[in-house]
This record gives sequence, C-alpha cells and structure tokens, in this order.
Amino acid sequence: MSSTPPDSAAEPIIEVDSLVRHFGKQTVLNGVSFKVYAGDTFVIMGGSGCGKSTLLRHLIGTEKPTSGSIKVFGQEITTMRADAMQKLRGRYGMLFQSGALLQSLTVAENVALPLVEHTRLDAGLIDTVVKMKLEQVGLTGHGHKKPSEISGGMKKRAALARALALDPPLVFSDEPTAGLDPIMTAVVDELTQRLTQKIGATVVVVTHDMNSVFRIGTRIIMLGTGANQGRVIASGTPDEIRGHPDPAVQQFINGDPQGDGGDGSGELLYRETLLGLNETGLYSRSAIHSSQS
Amino acid sequence: MIEAFRQYFSLCGGLLYWLIVAPFRGRPWRIGHTFAQIVRIGVHAVPMSALTALTIGVVLAMQSAAQLAKLGATVYVPGLVSSSLIRELAPLVTAVIVIGRSGSSVTAELGTMKVSEEIEALEVMAIPPMSYLIVPRFLAMVIMMPLLAVFSIYVGLAGGWLISHFSLHMSTAFYVNHALQYVELRDVGIGLLKSGVFGVLIVTIACSIGLNVSGGAEGVGLATTRSVVVSLLSVFIANAALTAVFFF
Repeated sequence: MSSTPPDSAAEPIIEVDSLVRHFGKQTVLNGVSFKVYAGDTFVIMGGSGCGKSTLLRHLIGTEKPTSGSIKVFGQEITTMRADAMQKLRGRYGMLFQSGALLQSLTVAENVALPLVEHTRLDAGLIDTVVKMKLEQVGLTGHGHKKPSEISGGMKKRAALARALALDPPLVFSDEPTAGLDPIMTAVVDELTQRLTQKIGATVVVVTHDMNSVFRIGTRIIMLGTGANQGRVIASGTPDEIRGHPDPAVQQFINGDPQGDGGDGSGELLYRETLLGLNETGLYSRSAIHSSQS
Repeated sequence: MIEAFRQYFSLCGGLLYWLIVAPFRGRPWRIGHTFAQIVRIGVHAVPMSALTALTIGVVLAMQSAAQLAKLGATVYVPGLVSSSLIRELAPLVTAVIVIGRSGSSVTAELGTMKVSEEIEALEVMAIPPMSYLIVPRFLAMVIMMPLLAVFSIYVGLAGGWLISHFSLHMSTAFYVNHALQYVELRDVGIGLLKSGVFGVLIVTIACSIGLNVSGGAEGVGLATTRSVVVSLLSVFIANAALTAVFFF
C-alpha cells in the first residue's frame, strides 16, 4: 500500500518495497511498502510494538531487513557498503526520542558537532551558525550548559537544532514529543514544521501522538498490531486517515478502548492481550500459561 | 560466550582498520580527543599508581629484609626489589589499577552512551563511533600504560629505598648500585612490553563490552562488572604466558 504522490511526475525521496524483518520467530515488519516525496512531512503511526521505530531504524540504515528494498535518494541502502552509507548519512538529520545529545559536550558543542565533522568552516563561523540555530529553537543563552542541566523540552529543541545544523534535505524524527506536556509538544511540532519548511527538508516522523500526527503530517501510514503486526493498514493524507473505514484505525485515532463499532470486542481484546484478564476480570488461562512459560 | 568473542574480534578488526588503514584514506587519528583521554586514563591515575607502587616497594623491602636477614644477606634487598618491580609487579599492579579506575569507566561511559542512543546518534550523524570514541581511548591506553609502569617502577624503588636507607642503614649510592646490578635492559623492555599488552587487553575488552551493552541502567552495571572481571583474568593469564615465554 503506497501513498499517492503529490505530483505524479515526482521521484520519491524514499521508496520502501515489501520490507520484512524478523527477530527470531517474531515478525516485526511484514511486507511494508510506501513512498515519501520531496517536501512531505511523512508520519508513521501505530500502537506500541507495531514496529514503527524498527522501521525508522531500517530507513536510517542502522538495521538490516530480512528481505525487501529501501531506496533513499534513489540509492538502495539495504546492500550498501559502510563507507557509502556513511556518505549518505551526511544528508540526514535525525531527532531521537531521548534527544541523544552527547552528555560529555555542552549544548552548543552538540549543535556544532556536525559542522565541525562535515564542513571546513572556521571556528568563528561555526560559532555564529550555532548561535543562530540555538536562537531558532529558543535556546539563546543555554549553549554553555550540559544536557543534564536542561529540561526535557529544551533537550528536544537542542536535538532539533543539532539535527538541522547542516540544513539536511531529509530529517528523521523518532517520537519527537514523547514525554512532553501538551504545550511543549505543540512548540516542538511547530518548530519542526517551521524550520524544516524553511530549509525545504523532507521529514519522516514516527509518533503515536494523534495531535502531532494531524498537526504536522502531510501524508500518513499506520502500522498494525496483532494479526496485522507490522503491516501498513492505512495510508493517505490526514483527511483520508480521519475518514478511514478500518475500525482499528478509527479506534486508534479516537483512543477508544471500546472500538470495533462499539460492540465491546475491542475492549475485550485489549483486556485479554494486554492485561491478560478474561471476561470475569480473572487472569485468563492463556495469560497464566504465558507467564508460566 | 561465542557471541561475546564475535563482538570482541569484530571490534578488534574495526580498530585495526581505523588505526592503520583509515589515516591513509583521509581519516586521521583525533589527536585532541586522544590527549583528553591521555589525561583521563593516564594523568589522573598517577596519584593512585604512586601510592600503590610506594607501598609495594616498602612491603617488598620489608618482607625480603626479614627473610634475608636470617641468612645475613640483606645486601640483596635492593636487587630483589628492583627485579620484582621491573619484571612483574610494576606492570601487573599498574594494570590492576588501570582496570579498576579506567577500564571500568570506559565500559560504563560507552554503555551509558549506548543505552541513551548517543552512539546511534553518532552513526546517524556520519561520525564513526570507532574513530570518535574507540581509537582515542585505545591510543591513550597504549601510550599511558608503559609510562605509568615506568613511573610505578621509580616510585616502588623509592619505597624500597625508604626501608633500605632508614631501617637497613644502606647508603643511597649502595642502594642504587645494587638495585641496578640485578636487572638488565632486556628486563625493562619486557616489562614495558607487558604493560603495552595489558593496555591493549584492558581497552579492547572495556570497549567491546561497553559498546554491546543492552538493558538500561542494570545492563550498564552488569557490563561494568563483567569488564573488570574479564580484564583482570585476561591480564593475569597474559602475564603468566609472557613470563613463561621471556623468563622461564
């Protein structure tokens, strides 16, 4: 299931085809296919354990699939040599869930790191660029602090400044608003959208925060869980996803424990599969067996 | 176990590439980072090495003097202290100190970086962790271990002199003369070789275990303990093997 290109003549920036990933006997990604086009803010959403972070790791090349193809900027990365991958990553920016700022460096040194490593700019110019990037994310005056001395929201913004330090054409973002309050979530979403639009970057975001999904997403896919584990169960624009006929999609969007048309089967499934309880509220036989094994 | 060996030899292979091949392909060693690690691994270990070596020199002199006095042969105390320190004790004790102080720190630091996605962040920023994190630590360890061992030899000899001079009433000239009489330049060379080998073992084990941490804070704690235990055992076995090869 692929998203429709905004312009049919456009070449996709990312093209994923029939991606499968097994961990032992467990299938985490099962035939995932989609395309991401220039200028998209492409959102990958789904419930916990659906494989969205694993999918992202495949896109950035830190995991290898069991089978399938991933093309980034037209280059197949699943069989790419390490040095070529290294070169390609120079065109990525990545915002990690935890921020992943280097704790041994100050905030300013973290933002400067890609500039120091990948450009020949002199120290004065790097300092100017860093100050500008920190100002863009509202961290003026915090550059001298260590990551342990700033709040979670500030870490996310510092990580965003680092991810955009080289003005990359492609930015990946893993749960960028996880653990933030609603206001800071909106701030990070707005910053990500504004700054990536400013440099014309394509953005791939993994999230299960529905407010973020519809606030920033231009194209969306949803990965399934349970019987549809690791499959793309919905794909389209935000409006198409909102009106998607699949009850599982509607249940996820609305955060409704009694989904599936309100017959209660969604809640029952939730109670059985996640809590291990049966209809009477006691631990089910399967849950007891699984805990014993 | 097999997986641990695979991870270890994989790290060693990568390390060889980044040490030997990469500098000729426009990826030079990071001198600034190496100096920073030299200070952390080596210079900051000097006070602890000094105190340990001094007490060992003192103990060696006291124990040997007590035994040799029965034979009326206390003149051999300086030679016993110097040969023991140079051949065995200085490299070995330095290694134990460095394992406890720096090897554990390297594993804990890399492990924490692994679980907090910092290493993955480096990879995604196209900054090879091997070049950025491992090579500077390796170079610092290989440079500083022999230097710390030499330092420990001098301080240990000073400890032996304290007992010989103030308790056995030997003159300084007599002590130095007899201490040097029983060691050869070859002994010093082998002692330094041992230190270098120990340094390679300590840093590669610490890095390999640190880079492969999983399981959050508990994983980091377990990995740090494993790093210390494996390093100690490896160093003791390597020491026995090197002594057998060169002195037996």
